[in-house]
Amino acid sequence: MPAEAIFMAGKIGFVFFLVLNLAGVLGWVERKQSALMQDRIGANRAPIFGITAIGLFHPLADAIKAFTKEDFIPARAHKLFHTLAPFIALVPALTAFAVIPFGDTLTIGGETTQLVVADLDVGVLFVFAIMSLATFGVVLAGWSSYNNYSMLGGLRASAQMLSYEIVMGLTLVGVFMVYGSLQLTEIARAQGEYFVFGGVNTWIPKWGILTQPLAFFLFLTAAVAESKRLPFDVAEAESELVAGYFTEYSGMKFLMFWMAEFVEIVVISALVATLFLGGWQIPWLHPDGLHVPFTAIVVGLPSLVVSMMGVGAFLMKVFVLIWLQMTIRWTLPRFRYDQIMRLGWKMILPLALVNVVLTGFVVLLLNR
Amino acid sequence: MQQLFYVFGSLAVASGLLMVLQRNPITAAMNLVVTMFSLAALFVLLSAHFIAVIQLLVYAGAIMVLFIFVIMLLNLQDDELRPRGRNFIHLVSVAVVLFAMAQLWQLLSRTPAIPLAPVDEAYGTTGEMGMLLFSDYLFPFEIVSILILAAIVGAVVLAKRRLD
Repeated sequence: MPAEAIFMAGKIGFVFFLVLNLAGVLGWVERKQSALMQDRIGANRAPIFGITAIGLFHPLADAIKAFTKEDFIPARAHKLFHTLAPFIALVPALTAFAVIPFGDTLTIGGETTQLVVADLDVGVLFVFAIMSLATFGVVLAGWSSYNNYSMLGGLRASAQMLSYEIVMGLTLVGVFMVYGSLQLTEIARAQGEYFVFGGVNTWIPKWGILTQPLAFFLFLTAAVAESKRLPFDVAEAESELVAGYFTEYSGMKFLMFWMAEFVEIVVISALVATLFLGGWQIPWLHPDGLHVPFTAIVVGLPSLVVSMMGVGAFLMKVFVLIWLQMTIRWTLPRFRYDQIMRLGWKMILPLALVNVVLTGFVVLLLNR
Repeated sequence: MQQLFYVFGSLAVASGLLMVLQRNPITAAMNLVVTMFSLAALFVLLSAHFIAVIQLLVYAGAIMVLFIFVIMLLNLQDDELRPRGRNFIHLVSVAVVLFAMAQLWQLLSRTPAIPLAPVDEAYGTTGEMGMLLFSDYLFPFEIVSILILAAIVGAVVLAKRRLD
């Protein structure tokens, strides 16, 4: 089946191109946004033939710098694990993208494909399973560096990531109950339907943020905590632990930890967009064209245009969520370690359980 | 498919052996993670996708991170990890394991090959698993839940006594 193979290669290529480039650019975006928020100018150098493009070439300069730097391994470090750790941190974050749909079906030359690399039945669970492996990268980095700061960072990270993984999973149970599936394409597709009250179509799409508002906020909080960024960045708290678990890293390996963090931001944004913001869905836009609300009028659009608009909408949602996370990062001060644990176990976890019970009652009542 | 089985099967056995033979506790734990990962891959080859993901999520992810967390907290020194000399019990246990493996080998070589029947499309999916758990296996499922609840309560009691 050559058509299928071409589609698959195209999808894998697109996902890799998108995620890796986005991760690189995000490094610049973060510096620029923090500068804007703190009334500074920020990265504006790195010219190519005198063109600076508001500093957009900085990621390129960073990469060249990291590649040419000395790759230093501390004398008493565990060499194998010290080298392996950044890979274990980065690869799972990239793999998680395989199950996230970035668009509806695409039809070219009579061949149709779903715009997702692997449309797994276990969907969200696969993302969690793969992301849980990324914890080893952080923990091993902390242990193998033979440095007390790294060790403390690794310990904090392992406890924090373990706690918030459980919380993240529980907050999503309500979503699974509403849409009756773990498969991300099915969850996204189900969000294209409209709320119907007493036989009246309201034309309000069933997005996750409307059916599960509590889960949305809980999941977003837990996801930010899982990515170990401010206000949850005790694992790399600069003011107490130098750089936490990656204190002893230099050159490209340092950059890999840094990239892993940005890829994780993209994964979280894509996951939230798919689960709570309708994925590729645009309200009132269906495969056959734009349905005008409260009427039976359909403005017909070619299917290729609809597919492309879906991909665009998905990217738009991802960008908005990335912006939101960056803003949170540069707005809030760091929590204390015990506060993070209390938030996870004593506030978000019970609320998630309440959400599951409430959702159960509502689903039961509506399905009678 | 069969080649993949040999790849992951031998990976599981090799990392399992390494886990036992390694003296460094973190290396041993990481080898156990590789074993768990290979087992998950074997589940995928058996079309049991849900079990495979749960294997990764619970064992390779959560439980092994806890293991490593504890090992890092203990911070064992090199002289504590030196072998303590081999005694009679070690010899007997190795002999028993070798005997059991020989028996297993004999048994397997006598078993005729069974042709594999193609599995249903829904086999191993989350929905199918849920249906089985909450219908045919409801009683064992509930019993296991109570067992786990008892373990949680026990853990809380033990931790609380140390704190007070």
